Formats: sequence, C-alpha cells, structure tokens
Amino acid sequence: MSAPSVPVAVSLSPTWRAWRRFRAHKRGFISLVLFVALFALSLAAELVSNDKPLLVRYEGQWFVPIVHNPPETAFGGDFASPTDFLDPFIRQQLARPGNWAVYPPNPYHHSTLNYFAKQPNPAAPSVDNWLGTDDRGRDLLARLLYGFRLSVLFALALTISGTLLGVVTGAVQGYFAGKTDLFMQRFIEIWSAMPELYLLIIFSALFERSVGLLLVLLSLFGWMGLSDYVRAEFLRNRQLECVRAARALGLSDARIIWRHVLPNSLTPVVTFLPFRMSAAIVALTSLDFLGLGVPLGTPSLGELLEQGKSNIDAWWISLSTFIALVGTLLLLTFMAEALRDALDPRQINREPGA
Amino acid sequence: MSALLSLRNLRVAFGAREVVHGLSLDIAPGEKLALVGESGSGKTVSALALLGLARGARVSGQALWGGRDLLTLSQPALEAVRGSEIAMIFQEPMTALNPLFTVGEQIAEVLQWKTGLSRSAAWARAVELLADTGITEPARRAAAYPHQISGGQRQRAMIAMALACAPKLLLADEPTTALDVALRGQILDLLDSLQARHGMAVLLITHDLNIVRRFADRVAVMEEGHLVEQGAVAEVLANPQHSYTRRLVSSIPVRKVTVLQPDAPVLLEAQALRVSYPVPLPGWRGWWSKGTFVAVKGADLSLRQGETLAVMGESGSGKSTLALAALGLLPHGGTLRVMGQAWSGSPAPDLPLRRAVQVVFQDPFSSLSPRMSVGEIVGEGLRLHAPELSPAQRSARVAQALQEVGLREAEFPGLLARYPHEFSGGQRQRLAIARALVIEPRLLVLDEPTSALDVSIQKQVLDLLQDLQARRGLSYLLITHDVAVVRAMAHTVLVMKDGAVIEAGSVDDVLTRPREAYTRELVQGAG
Repeated sequence: MSAPSVPVAVSLSPTWRAWRRFRAHKRGFISLVLFVALFALSLAAELVSNDKPLLVRYEGQWFVPIVHNPPETAFGGDFASPTDFLDPFIRQQLARPGNWAVYPPNPYHHSTLNYFAKQPNPAAPSVDNWLGTDDRGRDLLARLLYGFRLSVLFALALTISGTLLGVVTGAVQGYFAGKTDLFMQRFIEIWSAMPELYLLIIFSALFERSVGLLLVLLSLFGWMGLSDYVRAEFLRNRQLECVRAARALGLSDARIIWRHVLPNSLTPVVTFLPFRMSAAIVALTSLDFLGLGVPLGTPSLGELLEQGKSNIDAWWISLSTFIALVGTLLLLTFMAEALRDALDPRQINREPGA
Repeated sequence: MSALLSLRNLRVAFGAREVVHGLSLDIAPGEKLALVGESGSGKTVSALALLGLARGARVSGQALWGGRDLLTLSQPALEAVRGSEIAMIFQEPMTALNPLFTVGEQIAEVLQWKTGLSRSAAWARAVELLADTGITEPARRAAAYPHQISGGQRQRAMIAMALACAPKLLLADEPTTALDVALRGQILDLLDSLQARHGMAVLLITHDLNIVRRFADRVAVMEEGHLVEQGAVAEVLANPQHSYTRRLVSSIPVRKVTVLQPDAPVLLEAQALRVSYPVPLPGWRGWWSKGTFVAVKGADLSLRQGETLAVMGESGSGKSTLALAALGLLPHGGTLRVMGQAWSGSPAPDLPLRRAVQVVFQDPFSSLSPRMSVGEIVGEGLRLHAPELSPAQRSARVAQALQEVGLREAEFPGLLARYPHEFSGGQRQRLAIARALVIEPRLLVLDEPTSALDVSIQKQVLDLLQDLQARRGLSYLLITHDVAVVRAMAHTVLVMKDGAVIEAGSVDDVLTRPREAYTRELVQGAG
C-alpha cells in the first residue's frame, strides 16, 4: 500500500476494504487481538512456564538451563542427573551471594512433578501453584498453557489441511462440472458415509496414539462440508461474464481458476475458517476426553476435563479448564462474526462510494 | 380538477442518506402520468414509500389521498388502501407472484380478503379478470402455477390481480422492462385499454422515453431524487427545459456507420451453423439418456471487415448462443470460419484466433473480476498474447487502450491500480471494451453491450463503439434485442426466433420493410 500522503482517492483492493470493515467491528477485532496475543504467549510457553531457569549465574559461570540443563553436580549436588530446580537445596545454592537465577514467571513445565510440594495432590490454588495442580501434582496453569497451544496448533493444521482439500476438490468439481462432478459427488457421498468415530477407535487400537495420526484421520473426513460450498460457488462463478471473457482471451483453465474464479469464490471459505477452528478444537477436546485423542502425558484440554470429572471436588481443575475452553471458543466465534460481516456483499454495497 | 393524489415535499432517507429530496407532484383522476428517471433517481422508492412499503426508510412530507395523508395512516388503514384504492404492479412478474399458489388462487385471495366474496364467487371473478387482460383460455390459466405460464401471461395475471378491486390509482413500476420486446407493446396496449375502460389513474415508472411517448399524457422527470421537470408529454419531449431532460431526450442513439469498402475481406463466415445442448429427457427416461436442445438451427452468416452484423431476437432465440459459438466457446456443427480458419477447440492452435476475436458482455458488473485491478484486468490479455512486452511497455499499452475508450489518468489518478467497484456502469463497460481492444482484435462480439446501462450512458457507449469502428476498421457482431441500437449501428441484420434465422438483410430492408410478422412485432414493440 502506498502511503496516502496526499488526500487523493486512494484505491483499496477488496481484500483491504474487507479488512477495514473487520477492524471497524470492535468486538471481533478485540477478539482477534486477544487471540493472537494468547497464541503468541502460548508459543513462547517455554519462556513463560518452565521448571528450568532462563539464565543462571553460578560461581562465576553462566548457564542457560532452558537450552541445556547441566547436571546437578555443576551446582554442588551429589548426582550427575539433570538438575531439578525445584529442589530446595539447589534453590539454596543459587541464592548464595554472587549467584542468581532468572526463573520464568510460572516455574513449572507441563510435565513437571513437584517432589517438594507442600500439599497433597490435587492441590488447590496457592502461591506456589496459581491455579492449583492436577491429580498427579502437575501445575494446572502450565497444563492449560501448553494444552491451549496444542489445541490451537492442531486446529490450525486441521483447518489448513481440510480447507486445502475442500477447496481443491470443490474447485475441480465446480469448474469442470459434468461427469467429473458427478463421479466426485458420488465418491464424497460414499466417503462421508464412513463412520468416523469407529475408525478413530479402530485406529487408536491398531496404532500408537499420536497427534499426527489424529490429524491425518480427522483431515481425511473434515473436508467434505467445505467442498460442497466451494463447488456451489464455482458452479455459479464459472458462468460469470468475466470468466467467459477470460476464456475468450484464451487463458488456460488453471489460470482462469486461479485468477478469476477462486478469488471470487473464497467468501464462504474465509467466513468458515474460525468456525472450523473452533470445531477442530472441540473435536480434539472431546476425543481427548474420551481417551481416544493425543498420547498419554500430552497436555490437553480434554484430558483436563476428564480429570475434572473424576476429581469432582477439585473444582479448580474443571473450572479453569472450562473457562479456558469457553474463552477460546468465544473469541473464535466473535472473530467469525466480524469476518462474516466484513465479507457480507450487502455490507459492501452499503458502503458509501462503493 | 382536484388532484387524486398530491405529494407535498416527499422525502425518503435510508439512514443518513436522503434519496428523495422533497418531491411534490399531483396526479389527477384518470390521468396517465409517467415518472421518468435513471436507476437511482428515486422514482421506485417514492412509489413504494407511498404505500408504506419502503422498508427501513424514513419518510416525511405529505401524500394527500382523498383528504387523508397516506404517510400518517395507521398500518391497518394503510392496508385497506393498498390493493383496493391504490394497486401496484412490479417489474418482474415471476418474483412478484408466489410460486406455490396458482394464479387464480392468488387473485381470488385478494378478492376474498378485500371484497368479502365467497370462495367460488372469487374464483369466478378471478377468471373474468384474467379474461379481461386478454389471456387466452382464462379458466385453464387460472389453475396454472406461475412457472407454467409465459412471462407475458404472468404480467397480465399481475395486472388482473392489481385491478381486482378496481383501484383508483395504479402504480406500474417498469411493467415491461423484464418482458421481451415483442410483448412490451402488447402489455402497454393492454394497460392503455384497461385504463380507458376503468378510468383509473396510472403512475407509470419507467426509464424508457419510447414508452412514455407511447403511453402517458403527462411526464415528470426525476434526477437524483429531485423532480427536475414536468409537463405534457409532447411538450416536454419536443422542448425540454432542464438540461437533464435534454440529455435524456437526446440520448436516443443516432445512426452513424462507416461506409463499407466493396472489397473488404470476409472475417467471419458460417454455414448451417448448429449448436445443441444435451438436456435431460422428461421423467424416468432422463435417468438413462439425454435429449438434445437445439439452440441454433442452421444459421448462415458472413461478416466483412469493418461491417456490423446485428443479430436481433428476444431472449431464448439463440442469439447469445450464436455469439458464444462465434467466440469458439461452444462446440458447434456446420462450418464456422474466422479469417478462413475454424476453431480447433484446443488452446494452442486457437491462440491467434483468440487474439482476433474479442468480446464485450452485457453486464458491466459481472464481466470484470472485482478482485483484480484495472491494470491487471486490461493487461491480462497482453500477458498472454504479447509475452515479449516488458512490464513498462505493457502498462503503456494498457494506458493507451484505456485512453482510447475515454478513461484517462488525469480524471482517475492511479487509474491502473484502481478496482472495478470505483467505476460506474458506463465506465465499467468502457473498461470491458479496453480489455478487448488492448490485444488489437479485428472482430468484436458485442453481446447486448448497452442493455444494462442507463439511457444517457447507452448513447455514450454506442458513440464510442461507432468511433472505434471508424478508426480501427473493426467488425462487430452485435447481439441485441434493442431496435434503436440496431438502427444506430448495423449494416446488416439477422432476426432469430427459436433458434432459427427467420429474416436477414440490410438494415433498411429489415427495419423499414420487414417481411415476417414477427419482425414487424419486434420493430413495433420498440415504439
């Protein structure tokens, strides 16, 4: 964008105008900012919530335990095992004059078991564990932060793969229509008749559970809804006069699809993105809740919910997980709402001067 | 004579935007008043506001109807006026009728509701009303659903419904615009005769001065929400006072064609050209096999360098199909040669032909991709057909083509980086012409190039096309239903009906001495 230093009519591309409308939608824009901030925070989870200090100065030597954790002997311990910085002895060593350490704000990793905890597990929120611990004594805040990161990353990956598959199949069906469309539609009907949940159960019995496997399985079944929308848009837009004009110019099919039909068919795709994200988060959470999702020990919102269910009197587990989950979904919904308004053709027409 | 309806300072606003700025107008009983203006001039919304149908609008002013102000009436009182005292017919009869009820049921419903007739009496009256509108076999049509009858019959049914309660004022919003040319004259005649018989007043909303001249006693001209001129039709049209009215009146296209060189080479030639589509057979047979629908049945034509061949006909006559076939976008039978070469159907060998034959479509809104800038839209053909050009040379060629169609950098700073939404309909059509011109074609297929444009813009676009032909020696294959456009542009004319060419010849022969009854109807329908 060229800087509008002179007040002439600056030409804005439709995408840019949609972005401006999105920004004008306050709730949606604030949701986007919050979501991006939270996601950035969770991406930097190792710096925020970790059981290793970021930087240690010990008897004239520098250590960066977060990158490379030295053995305990480096700090005057007895064993050559990795240092446990929650150990009161190590803390004492580091607190001696001349030595210091910079700890992350929340000194627990999602897998940290605090052997020196003062309370039995699950422990209620306290100064040591701000949101309490789960039934194995792991810090809840750390679990939530890492769990949020996994959920969002998983949802992003699932959304991207599902969208790509959906757009490609929908585009091919809609643009070429006729027999291509007929056969692909029948294939989609058969494919969508497969019982997804049973397949997941079967596969989780056959293979070792992993996030990758889950992603592949969910992607394979997650694109059909979108491809229908894209197909319908393509069926409509291939009739547009600008597409005919492009054909009359002699452009190739690939170029016509890419330049003329696709950009004009993306409105439903983009509008659905946040909804697909939240659907993916819910899917991952419910599978984890059922114990069919990510491998054991992986921090996940669904697994926390399950813990909350089994430890009903440890209210902090269910409550904080619930708030985290609802908050995430709400942010996504608000963003979706703003996005829908920003791309609504009626809104576009109402804009003055359009 | 006291006025039937008096509008006093009528204002209509949507949000902060006022679209009608103080309209004052009188309609006398039994008068035929035409309200003329281009799209966006506020003529339709004024009529809707009268009946409280302009949704979301703030309406102020007065609309005196028999001593009452329509604008202050309560909802039930207004409902009593609607239909029984003031009725309305709309532009598109297909959407104005409910597809789930038969035509007769819809008319009878009005009668039952407004006059309290019994079911059977209402039905009998509905059939009578349909008969009055000249529908053949009215009893059978009354039992038909809207999709089962033709467009002209639907509009007649709409008129029957509007007249069911013998209103004193009929608001007719572009009643013929959605109809085929040959039907327009008939519907106008019908409105005329019904008006004479019932003595009602008619407010005809239109953009077409031919219709005004043919139908109305008095005319009121609106421009951008202002009433700029009113008076007797003959007076206003013969001696327009306001500059806008003058522009409207002078917007009737003027014939200006270049004389053909006798030895001009033939560019496009077709013999027994035939285009057909597969369509499903009715019922269960459609499961297994497809029938064929022949859209063009053996057309012969030849078009020489610098010549304009107009293909006339109403919608469904196959004229647009013929254009797509000429562009090589549809598989076709018979012979079709462009500069002596046939379309091969595969991209590479067709490339030189694509460069020679370009197209301008009807709808300036859908013919330009909204997500591409002007530079991209116009430059795209150059990228493909002249890949040797550097980006700077390409921009220069694009700017030159834009200048040729009257779009200059001086009026639109940053022209190449602008997007189509910033341009009006006429400017967009110029962009579409520039896109075609930039690769220097020899033949332009013009598919209804002006019919989506406002009248005063139509003339400008036609002028441009005439100039381009004179300057570049272009040939035009002009697809249109508009006789005025044919008269202004064409050297020779083909008339198509139901896929067949029924008449062909020079423009003088066909328009002034039509041999076929159908051609006569087309020419007369245009007024």
